Formats: sequence, structure tokens, C-alpha cells
Amino acid sequence: MGAKSDMIEQPKSFSFTTENLARAQRIIAKYPEGRQASAVIPLLDIAQRQSGNWLPLAAMNYVAEMLEMPRIRVYEVASFYTMFNKEEVGKNFVQICTTTPCWLRGSDEIKKICRNKLGIGVNETTADGKFTVVEVECLGACVNAPMVQVNDDYYEDLTPENMSKLLDDLALGKKPSVGSQVGRRGSCAQNGPTSLKDRVKSNA
Amino acid sequence: MLDDKDRIFTNLYGFESWNLGAAKKRGIWDNTAALILKGQPAMIEEMKNSGLRGRGGAGFPTGMKWSFMPKPSDKQHYLIVNADESEPGTCKDRDILRFDPHRLLEGILCACFAINAHTCYIYIRGEFYNEASNVQKAIDEAYAAGLLGKNAAGSGWDCDVYLHRGAGAYICGEETALMESLEGKKGQPRNKPPFPAGAGLYSCPTTINNVETIAVAPEILRRGAAWFAAIGRPKNSGTKVFCISGHVAQPCNVEEAMSIPLRELIEKHAGGVRGGWDNLLAVIPGGSSTPLLPKDICETVLMDFDSLRDVKSGLGTAGVIVMDKSTDIIYAIARLSHFYMHESCGQCTPCREGTGWLWRVMQRMVRGQAEVAEIDTLLEVTKEIEGHTICAHGDASAWPIQGLIRHFKPIMIERIEQYRKQAKRAA
Repeated sequence: MGAKSDMIEQPKSFSFTTENLARAQRIIAKYPEGRQASAVIPLLDIAQRQSGNWLPLAAMNYVAEMLEMPRIRVYEVASFYTMFNKEEVGKNFVQICTTTPCWLRGSDEIKKICRNKLGIGVNETTADGKFTVVEVECLGACVNAPMVQVNDDYYEDLTPENMSKLLDDLALGKKPSVGSQVGRRGSCAQNGPTSLKDRVKSNA
Repeated sequence: MLDDKDRIFTNLYGFESWNLGAAKKRGIWDNTAALILKGQPAMIEEMKNSGLRGRGGAGFPTGMKWSFMPKPSDKQHYLIVNADESEPGTCKDRDILRFDPHRLLEGILCACFAINAHTCYIYIRGEFYNEASNVQKAIDEAYAAGLLGKNAAGSGWDCDVYLHRGAGAYICGEETALMESLEGKKGQPRNKPPFPAGAGLYSCPTTINNVETIAVAPEILRRGAAWFAAIGRPKNSGTKVFCISGHVAQPCNVEEAMSIPLRELIEKHAGGVRGGWDNLLAVIPGGSSTPLLPKDICETVLMDFDSLRDVKSGLGTAGVIVMDKSTDIIYAIARLSHFYMHESCGQCTPCREGTGWLWRVMQRMVRGQAEVAEIDTLLEVTKEIEGHTICAHGDASAWPIQGLIRHFKPIMIERIEQYRKQAKRAA
């Protein structure tokens, strides 16, 4: 998201909930003594989830203190990795992949559907706070292109029609089924597998 | 075509469960201790003889990589599994992670033993949230069943496995950037030497392998090097998971024999090129970094390291991106330039500045708003970036454009002429 973070209203303080604190401690224990900085990405991820899918400055400072890291090292990490949102995003954070494999399969159409249905462009949030749309680089689901990621979930094999329905369902607060939107299993050919046939009855 | 009996990834599509019970029925964790009791030298020898080359893109011989690890000392040894799959066109490790995580975990135990490591980190790209969730559940199952941890699987070897999620950075698939990231820093590649086997994670001896590489190891050890080496051509042995995306009738992943002809791969498994073979324009054979191949080369080329190198491209990750004649080939490559610009870590000047320059010029090439002579300048600049950076990101940004100019220069010139004509008419 944009570089307007100094204009964003920042919460004054941050601390982990009891549950998240325990989670953080379990993560820190994965790394050797004195190497607790290794936990910075996972801890920022927890902080972002606790804050409603964005990372306030107070949360970065809190993580810095917990891991005994200079604050600037934590800011560096938070700004280097694209998954950290430095400002608030909509309830449904829609990330459209537009890299070549998705583009070849019609990601332009998917972008258009988002613009038409939600009335917002890329890097914008709807007035009701339900949707933010961003364009992202390859999410690694290329044989199920085009695809989008909404919060933690991938929605794949998109067409203008099923993308439109997906947005409707999300707007209504429904939980659409994740993965392929044309009902195929994983990365199996839609007509059914060309190998391992005796293990697989049909592609559903 | 590869026989089903020679396929390793029997749950590639997830028709069966990923969990321990189902994994055991597929033959995973079947007397793993026996594989380990063969001993380290025998194990590494077996891997060398199998001819397995790394499946993450570079194709370095796995057995040789394992043999580079020093003798045990007071320093910890580490295994890292690179599950930061992000190369456009590639989505094979994802299927192993979500549908067959125990195959990976069994491979981790074998590899840890072979390189004298008791600790493994799996670095998975942050966006793979649901995949990470399956892997973590599989790790928990394996610990509960005594397959990991102290005296893992009754082998006498202690093996701890930890999952580490990244947070969105293609560059962390580069092995030393990944280590920086795992240490809690920005993912900026390190200079080599020292190589990871000497000083890797936390400055300790480290072996880092791709998911698919580690996941095939137990089957090689179980069935023997000769079985694996007999599949594919010499020095290009084994089975390989191919990802076929883009303009094909049936995009899919499939495990096939290495050295399968590209045309056969597309026609047998992906339903052929959309509109028929003659509608083919070009194929990017091994993920976005590998130079594209025009149709005439696609007719005969084999999908392996050496055959693709001979046509000035590469097997890379075996992410096959197919483009039919409707494709604006200049934009298809320009979009990759945008990708490399976005993902440059910013450490080396030729890459940081060069990738942005390439994207800007490529945008003009898409419109044709350029001088014909600039095509040569563009090529020249890619060569100034290539080989002048700490890691291969600079090379990877250069190669797609070099491939475009090598095979489609007339299209680029035609675009420039079209633009001129239109500009003249408008004036």
C-alpha cells in the first residue's frame, strides 16, 4: 500500500493478547538461543492479524522490544515484505495476480470485474470498508490461472462470471468455497487426470 | 509416457488425504529406519548414482551438494527446505506441501541424517497459508507418532523440523536471501563464498534444497539409484513434476519422465495448445526466467536440463508457460520485466536500476514508441546487468528479454513501424 503512513491514524499502544503471547513464545522457541530475531516475520504476522490485517507502528515497536531488536530493523522487515500492510485495508483484502501466466488466462477481465462491481480501482478501499483491491505478483497457482487471494485464501480458475459471484458472496459475508471455482481438484486437468487413473475416479 | 508404477507423487492432485494414515498407505514412512541404517556414505553415494539434480531451478547434483557438508564439529548443521515457490509459471511444490507433506517430512529425516543435521527449517512462502497449515499438521502428526524428534522413526537419529512462513518476497527463494530472511532480516542475497555448506544459516554449515528434491529422496533410497537413473536421459535422470499453464486446453501439473518431448508433454497431458498445435506462438519452458522458445524449436526440444540449455534456454523449475498466436508476445515479456523490477531486493545497482529501466523501455516497445536501434541498446543493457550482481536475479531479469529479441525481433520492429505510421496519420 501507499507511502502515506505518516498521515495514518496510529493506535497509541499495542500488546499481544494472552493467547497470541503464548503463540509468540512457542514461535521464538523454534530458534536457537540468542537468535530470537528469526521470529520477527512470524511475530509481525501475528501482530497484523490481531490488528485487523494491518500493522500499526506500535505493533512493530512492541515486536522490536520483545525480540530485543533495534526498531529500525523491524521497520526494515515490515517494509521489505509485501504481506505487511502499513495502513488499514478492507475486510476482504483482494489481491489480483496479474503476472504473465494469469494475464494470459484473462486477469485483465478479473480486474475489470472488480472495478465495475466494487467501483474502486487498484490500491483503493470501498467506502463501506468491505473491500480493498490490490494487484500482486505471481502467487504460485499458475495452472489454476487466473486467480486472486482474498485474505488467507486462494480462489482459482476464475472467469468474469464466477469472479462476480465471488464478490457478491464476500459482500454478503458468506464464506465461498476456496480453491478452484470451476470445481476441479487441485492442479488436475479439468477433463480428468491423464495419469494415476486407477487411483482417481473422476475430477471432483 | 511414464508408467504409474514409476510415479512418486501418487497424491499429486489431492484425491486422497494428506494425513499420516493415508500417507502410510501410499508407502511413506515404511521402515524409514532401514534407509538410514545404510549409513551416510552409502546414502550419499546412492543419491549421486541416481543422477538427481536439484528441482528448484539450478539443477545442481543433489548427492554432490550433500557431500559438501563438513565433518561433524561443535557447530550445528542445518537442513533448509526451500518452499518459497514464487517463480512465475511454477506451482508444483504447492501440491507436495498441501497434498503429500509426509513425503517431504520423510525426505527431511533422510537428508538430515546424510548431512549430519539434527534441525531442519522449512521456509514456505507466506501466501501459502493453507498449505503451511497442512504441513504443520503433518509435522505434529509425525512427532506424535515418533517419526520426528528424538530417535526419529526408530532410526537412532534425532531430527527436529520447524516450519517458518515468509511474508511475500520472491527473492527469498534465492538461497542466501532465504537465510537472511530466516535470521530475521530483509531478504538480501549474500556474497558467495562462503557457500552455505561452509557458513550458511547462523554461520553454520547448511544444506538447502528444494521441496521436490527432498521429497523424492526416500523413494530413490528405497527403490535404488538405478531405478531413478533409468528414467530420462543420462545426466537428466528421474521423474519431474511439470506445470503446464497458459494457452493450453487443460492446464495441469503432471509428474512425467525427464526428457519427455515438450510437444508430447503439452499434447498428452494438457490437452494440446488452444486452437491446435499450429496455433502455437512460443513457450517459456522452465519458469519466467528461462528464455522463450518459438514454435519451431518447440517441435523437437526435450524437457531436460541439457536439451533446453542447447537451445539457449533452461529447464529451470519446469514451469511451462504456453502462448498461442493471440498473444502480444512483447507485453507477455514486458510483464515479466515488471515482475523482476518489483522483486529486485535493491542491493546491487545493475539490478535495482536496470530492472526498472528494462520495464520502462519494454513498455515503449509494447507500444512501438521507440527507435529500431533501441532494440540493440536494450539487448546491450541486459548484458550489462547479467553476471554483474550478487545473485541471479539480475540474470533472470535479462534472460526473458534476450529470448524475445533472439526470436521475435521482427515483431518488435514491426510494432515500431506500425506506431510510426499511426503517428504520421494522426499528424
